[in-house]
Amino acid sequence: MSETHSETAAPGRFAYVRETMLPPEPPPLAETGAIKWLRENLFSGPLNIALTFVGLGIVWLVVGTVGPWLSHSVWNAGSMAECRQIIAETWGEGAHGACFALLKHRWNQFLFGFYPQELYWRPVLAFGLLFLALAPVLFADSARARRIVLGLAIALTLAVSALLGAGAAALLAMAALMLGWAGLIETRRQWSLLASLAYPFVAVWLLWGGSLWGEAMAMAGFVLGYGVWLLLGARFGMLAFALAVVAAAAWWLLLSGPVASGLAGLVPLRLGPVSSDQFGGFVLSITIGVAGIALSLPLGVILALARRSDLPVIKVLAVTFIEFIRGVPLITLLFVASLLLNYFLPPGTNFDIILRVIIMVTLFASAYMAEVIRGGLAALPKGQYEAADALGLDYWKAQRLVVLPQALKISIPGIVSTFIGMFKDTTLVVFVGLFDPLKAMADTIRASFEWKGAYWEPYVFVGAIFFILCFGMSRYSMYLERRLKRDHR
Amino acid sequence: MTTTQTTAIPAIGEEAAIEIAKLNKWYGTFHVLRDIDLVVGRGERIVIAGPSGSGKSTLIRCINRLEEHQSGRIVVDGTELTNDLKNIDKVRSEVGMVFQHFNLFPHLTILENCTLAPIWVRKIPKREAEETAMHFLAKVKIPEQAHKYPGQLSGGQQQRVAIARALCMRPRIMLFDEPTSALDPEMIKEVLDTMIELAEDGMTMLCVTHEMGFAQAVAHRVIFMDQGQIVEQNTPKEFFNNPRSERTRLFLSQILGH
Repeated sequence: MSETHSETAAPGRFAYVRETMLPPEPPPLAETGAIKWLRENLFSGPLNIALTFVGLGIVWLVVGTVGPWLSHSVWNAGSMAECRQIIAETWGEGAHGACFALLKHRWNQFLFGFYPQELYWRPVLAFGLLFLALAPVLFADSARARRIVLGLAIALTLAVSALLGAGAAALLAMAALMLGWAGLIETRRQWSLLASLAYPFVAVWLLWGGSLWGEAMAMAGFVLGYGVWLLLGARFGMLAFALAVVAAAAWWLLLSGPVASGLAGLVPLRLGPVSSDQFGGFVLSITIGVAGIALSLPLGVILALARRSDLPVIKVLAVTFIEFIRGVPLITLLFVASLLLNYFLPPGTNFDIILRVIIMVTLFASAYMAEVIRGGLAALPKGQYEAADALGLDYWKAQRLVVLPQALKISIPGIVSTFIGMFKDTTLVVFVGLFDPLKAMADTIRASFEWKGAYWEPYVFVGAIFFILCFGMSRYSMYLERRLKRDHR
Repeated sequence: MTTTQTTAIPAIGEEAAIEIAKLNKWYGTFHVLRDIDLVVGRGERIVIAGPSGSGKSTLIRCINRLEEHQSGRIVVDGTELTNDLKNIDKVRSEVGMVFQHFNLFPHLTILENCTLAPIWVRKIPKREAEETAMHFLAKVKIPEQAHKYPGQLSGGQQQRVAIARALCMRPRIMLFDEPTSALDPEMIKEVLDTMIELAEDGMTMLCVTHEMGFAQAVAHRVIFMDQGQIVEQNTPKEFFNNPRSERTRLFLSQILGH
């Protein structure tokens, strides 16, 4: 280098050679710390200064209104009238205050609806087991987070069950079940995924009760179908898939009933039955929400792939379905579920209303899900598809191993938004006569003489629970995005 | 680099790796490939050059059916490419491809990138696939990066991984679609060195590239394309020293001129 320099540029006035490299130095003091932050974010110009004061004013107004209402709250009273009297006595006439005594008396109805009180442990256990079923999937590669979730789920389920009056024997059995399952998750993850697959059937049994054999035989139908697919899938492809569906359907329609009652006669594994009209409050919302979430994701993936398919028939079907469902309000679909389906079903069939609502909510959410996932699929560079093709991966393998993992990762924020939206939409079931926590339960409680006129308290309570659940989902999605970040930029 | 220069076009009756006859392709109404005839012998190394839009990438993308052709025949390793998906997958698993933009799978580690297709297409046990992958990663001189993600590697390293990933399927033919065009000058050499090493092992190679030094060092035959047609083909020596068509001379003067 130096030779060329001396040859070409030495005599000129541009000649320059750096002798030493400069070390990095810390920035000036005024450019760091709280002062810099305040100046840059709150007082950077006249407009920002004005906005800062307007913002402070709004905060002052909100705190000034809500603050006293909360601080004047009454927790010990037997009715709204008593509440008002206590507030007037303590804080003077005209003072406002929350009457949270309502919650103290009626919290159980917001959470459990008309579910029999002595059976509250069953939904609690089902909810606790949900986390055990999800942990190996949601926290697959982070042992620490998974153990925290498992520990919390087990401890809280046992504590809540104990508070709700579960007996020592029942608590012991629950502890054994959950600890055993957690052990399985931590030692044999593959096997624990089978337990996760069995969870929906266990949850249905816990929630509705009756003979376990009904649910077990329903599950056996899936196992049978999967077995047929395993046996013939490699050779016959789509034909084997059709056969598997037929085999499972035949099992459910013809054999599962008699076999279940036969087995129930031999080994009666029964829980006291709870009918669907006893469901209400958050038990109902969470049942519909979780089922809808679990079913709408796979359905959404299939619809998104179908919409991008090269086969015109499949594409048209998917587009029609998605556009139709998205073009109709959810309430319309719920009315269809509650009224119209009865016309189409053979007379005498009793098709559970919650199941009908779950189907409609799932269809509704899956249409939105499909569009969210289609966005993720479209965002993948074409090169990814080409690389998968060039390596000889067939369509399904390319989708499963290369395309979907990336597309779903991109779509996480949209997917979780859809989940959250759907979960909150479960309150709309009030229109088909189910007892959602927000409207139907609150109205029911207000209908009693003592709590007439309690408007804000139920909304605050139900809103807070919805917020906790939705915020939890949102935080999880952010955690997952961080966790799956692979570009290291 | 010394390689013996064989005759330009394989003699009739010599076993052919790829046979292309009367190949035509259109994008809509645009006629991209016009009556391409090409026979590639086993172990032959061909460099395809030409101005952009001349159809050279499209040609090699037809060989593993990333592009569909409308008329003519393509026979790869005895299998004709038709609409039959089985044949397409068979050809694709025998033909390795390296892309301009690497197209590594960003959600998988380097090792997983290399073992994905062997495990799922070739049904090779995971352990064995990993051993093969490490062998080829060592061959492209980045075994220490096996557990990183593509985003953590430089462009040149990523392209070498892409070559290793293709080799893990033990292909009989390798296609390179401008493998160095997206790389910084400093990284081009490491990728070319890898390709030269591959050439020395006797791999059948078709390479679309503007690296004329590479063509001179490695290719048995240089093909020059323009407007969807093969305009000229010859040994590198003749091609560069004694180009016959006017179009070739113009092209060479433009890319070698500065």
